[in-house]
Amino acid sequence: MSDIRNSTPGGEDYEPQISVASTDAVGLAAGGSAAPLPGEDKSYSQGQLVARRFFRHRAALSSMIVLGIIIVVAFTSIGIGPIPGWWPNNYTLQYDKIGDGAPTWQYPFGQDTGGKDYFALVMRGTQFSLIIAFAVGIISTVVGTLIGALAGFYRGWVESVLMRLTDVFIVIPLLVVAAVLGKTASGWGIWGLALVLGLVTWTSLARLVRGEVLSLRERDFVLAAQAVGTSPWRIISKHVLPNAVGVIIVSATLSISSAILLETSLSFLGFGVQAPDTSLGTLINDYQAAFATRPWLFWWPGLMILAIALCVNFIGDGLRDAFDPRQNRTKD
Amino acid sequence: MLKFILRRIGASALVLLGASLLMFFLTINSGDPLKDLRESNDPNREQLMAQRSELLRLDDSPWERYWDWLSGVGGCFTGNCDLGVTINGVDVLGLTQQAAVSTLRLITVATVLAIIVGIALGILTAIRQYSGFDYSITFSAFLFFSLPVFWAATLLKEFAAIQYNNWIADGHYAPWTIVIVAVVAGFLLQAVLGGTRKRRMLTAAAVFAFVTVILFVFNALDWWRNPMFGIGGVLVVSAAAGVLVTALVAGLRNRRALYAALTTVVVGVVAYLAFAPLLVNSPSWGLLAGLFVLAVLVSVGIGAAWGGYARKQSMLVTGITGVITSLMVFADLLIAHWASFLGVKSRPISTIGSQTPNFTGGFWEQVLDMATQILLPTILLTLVSVATHSRYTRSSMLETLNQDYVRTARSKGLSEREVIVKHAFRNALIPITTIVAFDFAALIGGAVITEQVFGWKGMGALFQDGLNAVDPAPVMAFFLVTGVAAVLMNLLADIAYAALDPRIRR
Repeated sequence: MSDIRNSTPGGEDYEPQISVASTDAVGLAAGGSAAPLPGEDKSYSQGQLVARRFFRHRAALSSMIVLGIIIVVAFTSIGIGPIPGWWPNNYTLQYDKIGDGAPTWQYPFGQDTGGKDYFALVMRGTQFSLIIAFAVGIISTVVGTLIGALAGFYRGWVESVLMRLTDVFIVIPLLVVAAVLGKTASGWGIWGLALVLGLVTWTSLARLVRGEVLSLRERDFVLAAQAVGTSPWRIISKHVLPNAVGVIIVSATLSISSAILLETSLSFLGFGVQAPDTSLGTLINDYQAAFATRPWLFWWPGLMILAIALCVNFIGDGLRDAFDPRQNRTKD
Repeated sequence: MLKFILRRIGASALVLLGASLLMFFLTINSGDPLKDLRESNDPNREQLMAQRSELLRLDDSPWERYWDWLSGVGGCFTGNCDLGVTINGVDVLGLTQQAAVSTLRLITVATVLAIIVGIALGILTAIRQYSGFDYSITFSAFLFFSLPVFWAATLLKEFAAIQYNNWIADGHYAPWTIVIVAVVAGFLLQAVLGGTRKRRMLTAAAVFAFVTVILFVFNALDWWRNPMFGIGGVLVVSAAAGVLVTALVAGLRNRRALYAALTTVVVGVVAYLAFAPLLVNSPSWGLLAGLFVLAVLVSVGIGAAWGGYARKQSMLVTGITGVITSLMVFADLLIAHWASFLGVKSRPISTIGSQTPNFTGGFWEQVLDMATQILLPTILLTLVSVATHSRYTRSSMLETLNQDYVRTARSKGLSEREVIVKHAFRNALIPITTIVAFDFAALIGGAVITEQVFGWKGMGALFQDGLNAVDPAPVMAFFLVTGVAAVLMNLLADIAYAALDPRIRR
């Protein structure tokens, strides 16, 4: 039974305080000398502990590197907006075809039926898909956190509304309501689409945050804050939400990966990104008939979606382990 | 319990109503239903536009239109359904009836498979935490829920269907393929079964030898084109399943349960012999369903008769064994008709449609046709759901395995089977029921995409065409069918939840 320390309710939340206390103790013992003695355990803040655990998660770390490379290459290679990139070919121009357009050194992803450089096209699709995915992730996280926190803290009608909304999403599948809204928003460009998707994907996060807040609001430190007359808004933002940050960050990460799959699926069905904009889903839709004759037109965008979603999921997993070490490999 | 269920049904009906209102208004505001006419150069454009406005009642207020739709649906309770007409004036009810059958079949099969496979994998990975098996399943799970379904569908069409069809034309494995398959099978099984190094090596070697021999025998018999399973096969496989079920549920030391399971298998096979002429000559779905129910009842009866001090447990064992035996009988009948099916349809796995048009063949050939058509979409939908289910089951199992009552159970000296099946698994199932219900909605969404890729004329196509034309009637019909299915699924999950966790029932 080495769990006595963890068996105090919410041992994690007390961790920062414990570490502060221990620094004080070290400071006193050392009689004011600043540096801890060699061999003595250094104390870490909660953030540092999380970061250390995250960087020890090999899959998450390598995913982060891969995702970083994808993002950097996608945005610098063909440039964004008016800023030119380092890639020599343009996605709008049709070049002379080399052979049947199979990948060559000059066109590493091959060329499409009209001779366009497929690398540039895929990078442009990746840009749009990434922008939408991150925008959706941010919007749904903000909305979900806000609604979840309010519902969990105030209970009452806010909570009933939230729970009924969740029930609605059991009845109408997410893809279906997103398709209907995506069609409505298809004229508003990718930002409109991102906004609309963000407004329908927050429910699962809201439920998680609500659950977390429901347990946190019964804690003594919230009671203490209420007793000294702290305003509810300040309690939520300063006392409750910082303690739920793990759930929120993990869920935000995972919402990015589901957003990229949702957006590409919608674009594939024709209810998402519309021409002249493009996305990885539209590319697959455009070229799916070419699979037998020009397989590279089909492979690259799909592999790109898979790579991005996989990386984000692994990062989310690493973050979950870092924030919630209960199920970690090194059991303490 | 009844009160609990009724309350849930009432709440679900209200949610369904609210959701339908939301869906209706979102759909009619999602675009301009006259767009294609506005852009046309037809001389009688104005007339066509007026006609369509009349048909879709564009001049009436949305509330009136919604009320009309709702009262049409309300008519379903009194026997005269009216789901409206499409933008081309086709009756939606007829379209829905055709489409709903194939879509619901797909979703149901995928859900059941995903639950069974996902939960089994989740338990195995939780028991073998941090083994190579756990890591590979975890990685595959991540891969599958990062997989864009529409992309994977095209891959599956190419590599599973077309390649298999090419292969079945000959139907023989090359020797090196056999070796590779056997090595992979041996490797996988030793990873799942685990144990000491020596035991693992033995497992791998035994599996390798078994698979190699059986595949060479199949080659020699031309089994893949003329497969047979036979009454002996049914007997052996069902008996093995009976022993396995007994081992899991009651433990092999409970001899009464074991004998009950074996009796069930024998009775099942004898019944198969008795009913075989009927099943081969004049089969129908009604007959199959009736026999299935009969089989389950008889099996449970056998369990009750053998039961003794643990009657309920024996009944569970024989019930499951009965279901498995029935499935084996069904499989045997299908396998027996595979050769004649290949004669009718030389490329068995098609990539388009839910049924082969103008298919001529007996009942069993038609069942096989349906099965081969549903195979690829089901694999795809199941993979994604299996990924979620196995992950949730794994973490839920790990959570319960760390509980004090599991430690207590172990320290009492209970066998590992009892600890895992009775103490850990039952409690781990509670959160899983919720996930399964939630996942059902995702499955419907996945079905829309899969149907599009595989060219099914199902609910997904109804929805997509309707939405494209800003035509509310088919979109709402889609919503109605999938929504009711989701509510029913949710209700099932709730009942399961209440059955597993008595605290809920109050």
